[in-house]
Amino acid sequence: MASIEFRKITKRFGDVEVIPDMDLDIADGEFVALLGPSGCGKSTSLLLLAGIYLPSTGDLLFDGHVVNDVEAKDRNVGIVFQSYALYPHMTVRDNIMFPLRFKKTPREEAIRRVNEAAALVQVGDLLDRRPGQLSGGQQQRVALARALVKQPQLLLLDEPLSNLDATLRLSMRTEIKSLQDELGVTTILVTHDQIEATTMADRIICMRAGRIEQAGTPDDLYARPSSLFVASFIGSPPINLVEGKAVNGTVDVSGIGFPATGATGAVTIGLRPEHLVVADTGLPGRIAQIEPMGREVLYVVSTDIGHIRILEQGSTAGRGAGEAVHVGFDEAHSLVFDTTTERLIPDSHVKPPAP
Amino acid sequence: MTAITEDLQLERGGRQRRRQVVNFAIFLGPAIVLTVLFFIIPVIIDVAVSFTDMGRSLQVTGFTTEQYEKIFAGDRRLVEVIGLTLIYVFATLAIFNVTFAVILALVTTATNRLTGNFFRGVWLLPRMSPSVLYILLWIWVINPSEFGLLNQVLMTVLGLETPIDPLNDMPVLLIVIANGFIGASMGMIIFTSAIRAIPEHLFHAARVDGAGGFAVVRHITLPALRWPISFVTIYQTLSLLVSFEYILLLTKGGPFYDTTVYALYIYRRAFQSGQYAYGAALAVFIIALGVIFALLGWRLFDMQKLLQRPRIEVQ
Repeated sequence: MASIEFRKITKRFGDVEVIPDMDLDIADGEFVALLGPSGCGKSTSLLLLAGIYLPSTGDLLFDGHVVNDVEAKDRNVGIVFQSYALYPHMTVRDNIMFPLRFKKTPREEAIRRVNEAAALVQVGDLLDRRPGQLSGGQQQRVALARALVKQPQLLLLDEPLSNLDATLRLSMRTEIKSLQDELGVTTILVTHDQIEATTMADRIICMRAGRIEQAGTPDDLYARPSSLFVASFIGSPPINLVEGKAVNGTVDVSGIGFPATGATGAVTIGLRPEHLVVADTGLPGRIAQIEPMGREVLYVVSTDIGHIRILEQGSTAGRGAGEAVHVGFDEAHSLVFDTTTERLIPDSHVKPPAP
Repeated sequence: MTAITEDLQLERGGRQRRRQVVNFAIFLGPAIVLTVLFFIIPVIIDVAVSFTDMGRSLQVTGFTTEQYEKIFAGDRRLVEVIGLTLIYVFATLAIFNVTFAVILALVTTATNRLTGNFFRGVWLLPRMSPSVLYILLWIWVINPSEFGLLNQVLMTVLGLETPIDPLNDMPVLLIVIANGFIGASMGMIIFTSAIRAIPEHLFHAARVDGAGGFAVVRHITLPALRWPISFVTIYQTLSLLVSFEYILLLTKGGPFYDTTVYALYIYRRAFQSGQYAYGAALAVFIIALGVIFALLGWRLFDMQKLLQRPRIEVQ
């Protein structure tokens, strides 16, 4: 197992700077998710860790030792790619045994470890098949076994669940999480799916254009997003954002005044759909659309400040489309951002407009 | 009422059949006409001529099997020619058309794209230039005087005392090299595209799994070239077997019969000695040999598997 440190790492491809300047510490045994939209540098970071790419400047440290010059094959890292990258001409057994071949593991021990790894991810009965004869979920497991068989000091997962169907994704999520708990291997998950990140990781590194936007527990990112980007990236359905101007303790949004504390100038109010309620007082509007989602109902309410999404508990909609309603919320759940810097204004909140 | 619908159905059935015939004629017709015209009819003519006594005058006086008797009993040179043909085909194939082509593909895909494209372009040049020009260059290269390129290099750089004469001293090696330099480019192109088609993740995975450069080539690249190598081997065997124009231009089959491969032997018998019927009889065997090689390769490389439909992935 290893602790990881990115020390002022930059990565350029020709003139394109993918990672401008990255500092990051990952503790031994931690499960970290690198979360961000495509092209944010998360996969590049992963390949830097794997040793496929070398940092342009800066140092990468494993357990306090600089590993910049250590080749991929000597880093003792396990990796699972989105495409699984199983070797098509080899059987499952040979695929899983492949990393051991280069560690000069004695044959007997190699066979034992392959069987153990296969049993761990429940592919013990598929050892003689070829990848082409496996389903997506099975290939995923084999790729995981191949990554784990050499007992890596670091496990890297590159969008491992994206190619699976919804049900399978749910169960693999749980399995990978418990596997990581059991083995205690430092794990870095790269994903663009916030649910994957929040459900599996101890800590989430939210990235944007090669920079770390915010690092923290899933709860930190959800409840105290440091910027508009993080706020809009985390949470489903997405947060409601409305721009306004704060003057004299009131945020004015298209003529509607929200009583506010601690805000001045151009601000953006963030209200999560699950924190809003259909109420008797508050922001007036009309239900434009109803989307039953099973356990919850999503109302889209048309108001003077635009469409607002409200997520209400309960399996059936208590109201009909076209009905006049008010949007209410608890002041403590409201978020206020500075529109120009896009940063969160700490301890600033708004109240629903007075009737 | 029923009669009318039956009539309608009949008519529709008839129209459908006509449609099938028309489609068949449109889509397969041209290919069939060309195949018959340029492949099947020539074979039939060849077999027919082989049973005659057609000579320089192109006159046929009667049907006979004497050409075949000559092949099996009288032609002492034939054994030598067949031996040389086998050496020529398999040496060119093994050294250049497959091995060297794989090396070229590996090297040009391992360097950066621009350099790789440049060197592949260089290796393609002889294939694009007319064969006469290509051989003209070879004739200058191997010129036995001290003015030939090879001799200039050997004498000035390596300090050789007297010029060498490859055309007389090592003619078989010469035709293998001259054909191989051209032949390698086809395999190179096919192998390059096959290497490019390997998902990059496989290389990454292999390196993370601990494979060094040679191990990656052995375990990832070469297995992916299995089918292209099979195809190139079969295809080039056949084309080497029947092509002789470079040899004709370079050595004329000489000195004496030293570089006369089977296809060239047919040419020399039929067109230079005017023994058309005898040439036709010899050609029958090269046709048969081609079919046998193709079938052998098909079995040997399990090409049928290649043509199998991929299995649909079941979740």
